[in-house]
Parts: sequence; structure tokens; C-alpha cells
Amino acid sequence: MNLDFQALDLSRTCDLLVALAPELALTLAALVVLLVVAWRHRTLEDVRLAGWLTLAGLGAAGFAAWFLWWNGARAAGIPAMIAVDDFRLVADWLFLGTAALTVLVSFDYLAREELWVPEYFALLLFATLGMMLMAGAEDLMVLFLGLELMSIALYVLAGSSRRSASGAEAALKYFLLGAFASGFLLYGIALVYGATATTNLTLIGVQVVTLGLQHSTMLLIGLGLLLVGFGFKVAAVPFHMWAPDVYDGSPTPITGYMATAVKAAAFAALFRVLGESFAAVPAWHAIVWWLAVATMVVGNLVALAQRTLKRMLAYSSIAHAGYLLVAVATGTGAGAAAFLFYLVAYTLMTLAAFALLAAKGTNGERDVRIDDLAGLAQRRPWLALALAVCMLSLLGIPGTAGFIGKWYILVAATASGQGLLAAILVLASVISAGYYLPVIMAMYMQPEPSAEAHAGMRLGRLGSAVVAAAVAGLLFFGVRPNRLLDIARVSGASVRAAPAVSSDVTPAPLREPTGR
Amino acid sequence: MPTSLLGALWVVPALPLLGFLMNGALALWRPQARTAVSTIGVAVLVLACGAAVAAVAGFAGLHPAAPLVIRYWEWMPVGDLRVDFALQFDQLSAVMVLVVTGVGALIHVFSVGYMQADAGYARYFAYLNLFVFFMLMLVLGASFPVMFVGWEGVGLCSYLLIGFWFNEQINADAGKKAFIVNRIGDVGFLIAMFLIFRATGSLDFGPVFGRAAMVFPPAGASVTAITLFLFLGCTGKSAQIPLFTWLPDAMQGPTPVSALIHAATMVTAGVYLVARCNVLFALSPLGSATVAGVGALTALFAATIALKQWDIKRVLAYSTISQLGYMFLGVGTGAYAAGIFHLVTHAFFKALLFLGSGSVIHAMHHAYHATHAHDDAQDMRNMGGLRRYLPWTAALMWIATLAIAGIPPLSGFFSKDEILGAAFALGTAEPAWLVYWAMGIAAALLTAFYMTRLMLYTFHGPNRTGDKEREHLHEAPWVMTGPLVVLGVLSVVGGALNLPELMGGGAALQHWLEPVTALADRMRPVVELSHAMEWTLVGGAVLVAALGIVGAVRLLHPEALVPARLAPPETGLERLLWKKWYVDEIYDAVMVRPVQWLAREVLWKTIDLRLVDGLLVNGSATASRALGWLGSRLQTGEVGFYVALFVVGVLLVVGGAMR
Repeated sequence: MNLDFQALDLSRTCDLLVALAPELALTLAALVVLLVVAWRHRTLEDVRLAGWLTLAGLGAAGFAAWFLWWNGARAAGIPAMIAVDDFRLVADWLFLGTAALTVLVSFDYLAREELWVPEYFALLLFATLGMMLMAGAEDLMVLFLGLELMSIALYVLAGSSRRSASGAEAALKYFLLGAFASGFLLYGIALVYGATATTNLTLIGVQVVTLGLQHSTMLLIGLGLLLVGFGFKVAAVPFHMWAPDVYDGSPTPITGYMATAVKAAAFAALFRVLGESFAAVPAWHAIVWWLAVATMVVGNLVALAQRTLKRMLAYSSIAHAGYLLVAVATGTGAGAAAFLFYLVAYTLMTLAAFALLAAKGTNGERDVRIDDLAGLAQRRPWLALALAVCMLSLLGIPGTAGFIGKWYILVAATASGQGLLAAILVLASVISAGYYLPVIMAMYMQPEPSAEAHAGMRLGRLGSAVVAAAVAGLLFFGVRPNRLLDIARVSGASVRAAPAVSSDVTPAPLREPTGR
Repeated sequence: MPTSLLGALWVVPALPLLGFLMNGALALWRPQARTAVSTIGVAVLVLACGAAVAAVAGFAGLHPAAPLVIRYWEWMPVGDLRVDFALQFDQLSAVMVLVVTGVGALIHVFSVGYMQADAGYARYFAYLNLFVFFMLMLVLGASFPVMFVGWEGVGLCSYLLIGFWFNEQINADAGKKAFIVNRIGDVGFLIAMFLIFRATGSLDFGPVFGRAAMVFPPAGASVTAITLFLFLGCTGKSAQIPLFTWLPDAMQGPTPVSALIHAATMVTAGVYLVARCNVLFALSPLGSATVAGVGALTALFAATIALKQWDIKRVLAYSTISQLGYMFLGVGTGAYAAGIFHLVTHAFFKALLFLGSGSVIHAMHHAYHATHAHDDAQDMRNMGGLRRYLPWTAALMWIATLAIAGIPPLSGFFSKDEILGAAFALGTAEPAWLVYWAMGIAAALLTAFYMTRLMLYTFHGPNRTGDKEREHLHEAPWVMTGPLVVLGVLSVVGGALNLPELMGGGAALQHWLEPVTALADRMRPVVELSHAMEWTLVGGAVLVAALGIVGAVRLLHPEALVPARLAPPETGLERLLWKKWYVDEIYDAVMVRPVQWLAREVLWKTIDLRLVDGLLVNGSATASRALGWLGSRLQTGEVGFYVALFVVGVLLVVGGAMR
């Protein structure tokens, strides 16, 4: 067996297995967890066992992804169904890391809510596997399979709290609307196939250029429907209506997972599809531009009107999807780097915020209002500090990763001539101060309503570690973003359209030579 | 290896910073640990001084024509602007570093005695260490922004130390005045930086000065604007007309602070800046003429005020302003070495004068404290005949007085003479400088006069302190007089640094600085005076100084003075001088009050409260909330409605795609 990591021939079984090692490891882990919980699913210990097995599986997959990344794995030869590039592996790391942090937070949450549902972890693993397939898909069919694998697991996870009516409502709504959106996505795939006679992303890009399909109606409708499908998954306005209700009703760790990993996976897939297949089609720029503006404005404005923390964070995650869309709309290498960096920063801050919320909320967590945090700084100074850092980072205050990410999105937007979009982003961020800062104000400037106001707030050892790591990461990347930014730059540049064959086509903007 | 030694240049500023951190921590948690505080505070300075000497020794071995720039890390890479955290070591920084650490170390030692009984002992040393750190950043920075960090940092420390005894309103006000007046100058500095960046595309000294001759046409508008704005910054930091009014008030701080910050180091930063930017000033004759003219005018103007001050420290403060004027006359004339030479000798004798006055005030304060009297310990009318009680201080201060008056062979004679000689020489080509020279000579006469007056009233004649207080007057401890002795020696022999060729010396400092000023020197006309003319000038200057001293001795009658509380009010011209030409009052009426009115009535009550707060801030917030509320009404929770909206979105997106 001789392996050349820089040129994996995906038509050979052995090379293909290596290229898919992270996904295979995770599949194996998911099956093991499923088998184990078939026997053991009654007590807290069973939940813990499943959780640790899950972490082991995530670790193995993470190692595999790292190994491929470290060896600079690349695919050679004819386009296959799965991509082997930095973008996929870095995105894998993001999903696996998010899943691991979610598992750690879930231990405390499941124990407190007395949810003895160890299948929870198996579903989490399947959802993560789906995401990895989405980010690595080199073919619209693989992409769709990954998306459905992720979505179906999530429909169940949203309703995993069987005693909760709101959980059931969330799961049903998510399922109905998700199925609806999947239909559009699938129809979009069909139309694109109809126009180009292929589902391979790179080949679509080649076909578009060689056949001159930039203005083909069938292709454009297909592209529009694809954007609708992705827009639903990232909760872009006007396809966002499900998000607040579903986020609100789901168990809080799952909400955090949905707000971060799911969004990241959909963005990763969207990014790859636009970059590899539709780089030569100018039509999507305007659509993404409008989606970004609508998402930023509506997300931020409606977040202002929220009274409970969970719904506020739900709308805030919609607003952040808008910022990420700005990075996508630039369509440049700098935009790609900013996009990946912001994805990491956003994941860290949102995950930590939801972990803290999960700790604060007892059974009635849907009703944690911002005023309920009054005086938290006196009673629980460290938790208050962590939440304050998350809020400042979400708002984009210098010294935090949120600022650096937003800054690079702004730089990328202005550099690509999207000055107006950058200006709207800044104004939308100003509005967001109107709902992030009251949280800090409540914690630090208002007295505790009663001595027992925060007695129920418990964050276990693992949860504390997760929050501490996330906050430390936010502050670290806020001061020294260089390394992460380099990785983001290289990974973002690894997604590119196939070389243009026809000469009358403007060069694809995503091509920007960079090397590790 | 000298070069590797210079790579560790960061140690020099890092030591005082370390001292600040440690003393700052002690000030917060162990304010009574006086031994630890003084050990740390003095040790970091002595070590920094040693490191500086080592660095200069290593550098002197190389004596490169180009400055050594040591880049530590990338600081601000934004677009075309690249600012690194980098230090620069050249002949000019070497001189400044030695002055700052050397005089700084002596004053730190003196402070151990002077501040011994103060409750804020640790805080004091923390601030003083921090000041030295920023001052070193100022003179070592390799770019305008790094220098500006030091420039602002010393301003901050100056503010903190002027208002060190902040429980008295007058001290806090003096600190604020210094800070605010300096801000005006700093705006000038900032604008100059922007202009420099626009013209040359860099803010690092090397590229800026290297490109200057190509970018700027000689005597062009842009280089003149840059030099004038830079000089505005200098007038603030170095207390020149029109921004000098803060320095006399700054005397509210502890006396060693006045010696270190407001005489020897910080206030000379402006002179350093002009010398550093010599290429720019050489390109702008108008800028140079302004520097020289303002310097000469300030030298004369401040000297007249010093004639009638009674507070011993205020006399010295106006004297400092006046001497700084000389330095600007020097650098404005193009005699950069002479200006820097005067900066160095002035650091010696003015630090000595301030520390000597500190020793006097220390003694007076103790005497009044012992008898619980509330008389002014700084008013010369309450002193007199102190030489019997403070013999060391009196003798050493006489040395400094003769030095500042310009009596050979003390240090001040050489440096002042060189500036006046350069001004006169340029005056043969450009007559304006003859006027400057005449003003300088007049100021020299007044300097000799008011300094002799200070000495006579303080140390001679009968004692007016009070009968009970008299027995408590005594010389300060050795930890205070020791630094005085060292400074006294330096004041005597400092002239050897740059003994002019006319008198058989080697003009060492001038040759040392030649690599720094080489570019500028080539752009200026060379005017040579005959030896006979030079000797005449020297003789004239000595004569003027002697005249001032003798005049003061003959005209003033210390035995006729009465203590401050019995003294009659001043009248006529004397009152005008005593009230400092009413400059503060004029500024107050013309600038401060109208600006305050504008700020309060128009900017605050109308624009800020009504327009900004009312309409823009609260109005936009209310509007945003209303829109948000409307948006949240759409969130009905009904899936059917969501689907309907979804379909609208689909139509919009597909429509957009087909357009």
C-alpha cells in the first residue's frame, strides 16, 4: 500500500478509505453508541457512558481529520464525490469541536432535567456526520444526503425532551418546515442537473463556463432554489421564521448546537457550491446581498423586542447569519478567510452563551428574562464575567474574537467594493448593542432581587471547563488572531472553481493563490 | 559583541517599567514597605543607567553613520500604514538616554530623602519609574507613533505627579491645567503626523527623513505646515509662548518632580523633537525662523517675569522656560549640537537648582512644622541668611547660579555662548537673527540678575524665618545632599563635553552628533566668523553676565526685606511683572471663558442634550424598538403563516435570480 497524501486517487478503494477516514470513524462510533444504548438506557450512568463513548468517537474522527490536514491531503485525478482539501478538514474540526463541547455541556443538563435518553448522543453523532458530509461534498447528491442525515437527527433531538410540550411543538415545526425546504433544495438540484447534466460541483462549474449557461433560465431557477434551501438552514430572512420557535422549544444544549454547528455546516456547503459551481454566474451576488441586508436588519431589530434571553439569542444568531452572508457576498479570498474566522468566533461565543443559559435555566428555562440576571455579578462573578465576555464578543468589542472577525468581514467587504453592505453591517451592529448591553447592565448594575435569585444556577465541572475554554479562546483570538487567520486564509482559498476553459469569461473571483 | 548587546536595548526602558509594576503593586497592597519601595525605585534606575552606559559604550565602538533600528514586533499593520514596535539608537538618542537615566537616578536618590515622611511614598516612586519608562520610549522610539506613546505617557505622568497631593484643590487644578494645555500642543503633533504620512507614506524616522528631501520642495508649503504643527506640539510640551502658562503652576508637585520632569527631561522633549526632525526644519526656513524667534522671545519674556517672583520655585520655573527658549533658539538657528549641548548642561545645573531649592524648602517646611506655623515655606521673603544653616546647599547652588548666568569656565557658559554665537553668525547673513541674538543677550543679563536675586534673598542678609523656627533649620541628610554634590561637579565640568575649537577644545559633542545632523547641515549656509569676532562675542557675553550679577548685588538690599505676611502690595511695573504680565488673566478672558460658554450653552445644552440625545440617540432607539416590535408581531407561531412567508421569499429569490 503506497499512499501519496498530496495526490489521493479516489478511484482506488484504499485511497478513498483514507480520504473518508474521519467520516468512517464517526460512523463506527455512532453505531457503537447505538448498540450500547440499546442495552443500557435507564440511569444516569448509562447516559454518562454513552456520552464518554461519543467523546471518544469525536476524538478519533478529529484525529483522523487532523492527520489528513497535517499531511496536506489532496485529491488527484477525475472529480469524485468527496472533496479532499483544507476547507473540508478545517470545517470538520469545527463541527467535531462543537459537538464535543455540546456533549460536555449536555452531561449536566441531562442529569438536571432527568432526561435519560442516551440515544441523544447517537443522534448527535449522526448529525455531526451529516455536517461533515455537507462540508466535504463534491457532489450535490452527497450534499443532499448529508443535509438530510443532519436534519432528521436534529428533528428528533429538538424533541428529545418528551415530557415537554414546547419541545414537541419545536420538533414538529422544524420537521414540517424542514421537509418543505428540503423539497425546494431537491428541486433546485434537479434543475441544475437538468441544465448541466451533472451533479458534480466542479463539473457544474466547468459546464457553466464551457456551455455558456450564465443566463440559462433553468440553471438560474435551480440556483435560486438552492439558495432558498440553504437560506432556510442558515435561518436567513425571510426563511428564518422557524428558528425562534424551534430554538426556544429545544433543549438548550441542542439549541446551542443548532445555532452554531448546523448553521456552520449549511454555510460551508453554500460556500463550496457558490465557489466551485457558480463562481462564473453573477446572479447570486445580488441575491446574497439582499439576503444579507434583510437578515442583519430584521434579526437585529426583532432581537431588540425580545424579553427572554433564549429568544434574544435566537434572533441574535439570525443577525449573525447576516454578517456571515456579507462575507459570502464578497466572493473573494479575503471574504473566505473572514468567513471561516468569523464562523469559529461565532461558534465559540454562541456556544458559551447557550451553555451559560443552560446553567441558569431550571425547568422553566424558556422564561429566563434578561431582568432575571440582575445582580449576578455579585453572586456569581465568574459566570457573570464569562457571559459579559460573550456578549461583548457578539457585539464586536475590540479585544475579543468577535471584533476581529467582524473587522475582517468589513475589510473584505470594502475591499471588494461592497461599501454599502459594510456600512449596513456597522449600523446593524450598533443596533445589536441595544440588546447585548442590557444583559451586562442587568448583571453588573442592578441589585439582586433576592438572596436566592441565583441559587439554582449550577454549572458543573465539565460545563465550566467548556465555558472557560470558549471564553479564553475568544479573548486569545481577539488579541492574537494571526495563526487562526492564516489557517482560515489557506482553507478558504482551497475552495475554488475549476480553471476556466473558455476565454470570454471573467476570471472566477474565488481564485486567489495562497500556500501554506 | 556590541551589536548583540544593542539588541538588548529594550532592557533600558523595561527596567523602569518593571519598577513601576513592582512599586505599583506595593502601593496597592503594601504602601508602608518604604525600604522595599526605595530599593526597587532606585535600583531599577541605577541598573537602567548602567545598561544605558553599556549600550552607549557598545555604540560608540561602532559609531555608525546610520541609526541602529531594532524591530521587536509588528504593531499596527493597517492598509498602507505599517508601524512596528521598534527602538532606534543613534548618537542623539544616546545623549538623551544618558541624561534621562543619569539625572533620573540622582533625582530618585534625592527623593528617598525628600519624600521620606510622605504617606504616598510607594505611589510616588511608581509614578516616577513610569515617567522614566515613557521618557525613554520617547527618546528611543524609531517612529513618530512610538515616540508619541512616550510623549503622551510623560504627559500623563506629569499630570499624576503635579497633582500628587490631590487633596488640595490647587494641586489638582494645576495638574489639569498642565494636561489640558498640553493637549492643544498634542493636536498639533498629531496633525503633523498625518501630514507626514500623507506626504511620505511612512511614519518611521528612517524612511521619512530619507525621503524628505525628495518629497518636499525646499521652503514648500507642506513641509512648512508640518514643521509649524510639530513646533506647536513643542510649545506645549516645552512650555514656550503661547503655551507656557502650565509650567509655573506645575511647581505644585513635589520638588524632585519639578527637577526631573519640569526642568531636566520632559520639558526638553520639544527640543529633542526639533533636533530629531532636523531634516524637516532645515527644509523649511520659515519653520526654523519661527522656532528661533519664539525661542528668543520666550527666553526674554520669561526672564522678565522671573525678576519679580517671590516663590523660589516659580523663579526657577520661569528660568526654565527662559532657558528652554535658548535651546529652541539654538535648534532653530540650525545649531542642533549647541541646542542639545545646552539641554545637557541645563539638565545638570537646573536639576541642581531645583534639588537645592528642595533642600531649602525641606528645611523651611520642617522648621514651620516643628512650631506649627502656617507661613509659606517657599516664599523667599520668609528665608534669608540660610547659608549659615544650609552651607552645602548654599555653596552648590551658587555654583549652579554662576553656571546658568554664563560665567566661565562653568558648563552653562559654553553652551549658552555657542547658541548666541551661532545666532550672531547666521545674523550676518539673515538680519532677523541679529534681533534674536540681541534678545538672547538681554535675556542673559536678566538671567544673571534674577538668579543672583534668588541667591541673595534666600541665603544672604538677615534671616526672616522667625525666632522660634530658626533653631529648627538644618542641612538635609546626605541622601539628599549627595546627589547635589554630583550634580555640582557635573555643572562645573559639563562644558568639557563640547569645548569649542576656538578655546583649544575638540567640540566632542558636535562631532559625535554629526551623523544625525549631517543631512540638515548640508542644506544650510555655512557662515564663518573671524576669530577676533568670536572672541569679542565671548567677551561681551561674559561682561553681560558679570554685569547682571554685580548689578543685582549692588541694587538689591536683602536686609530691607520683610516677611511675606508683612510685605506691602506691589505697584506699577513691579506689579505687572509679579502678575506675570497678566497672561493667565488674558488667556482666561479671551480663550477659556468663551470656550466654556460655547461648550456649556451651545454644545452641551442645545446640541448634545436636545439634538444628539433627544433626537438622534433616543429617537433612533425608539424607532428601532418600534420596528422590532412590529417584526416580532409577525412571529405568530402558526406554521401556515410561516409557509406563506416562505413562499413569498422563494418568489423573490427566484425572481432575483432570473432578472
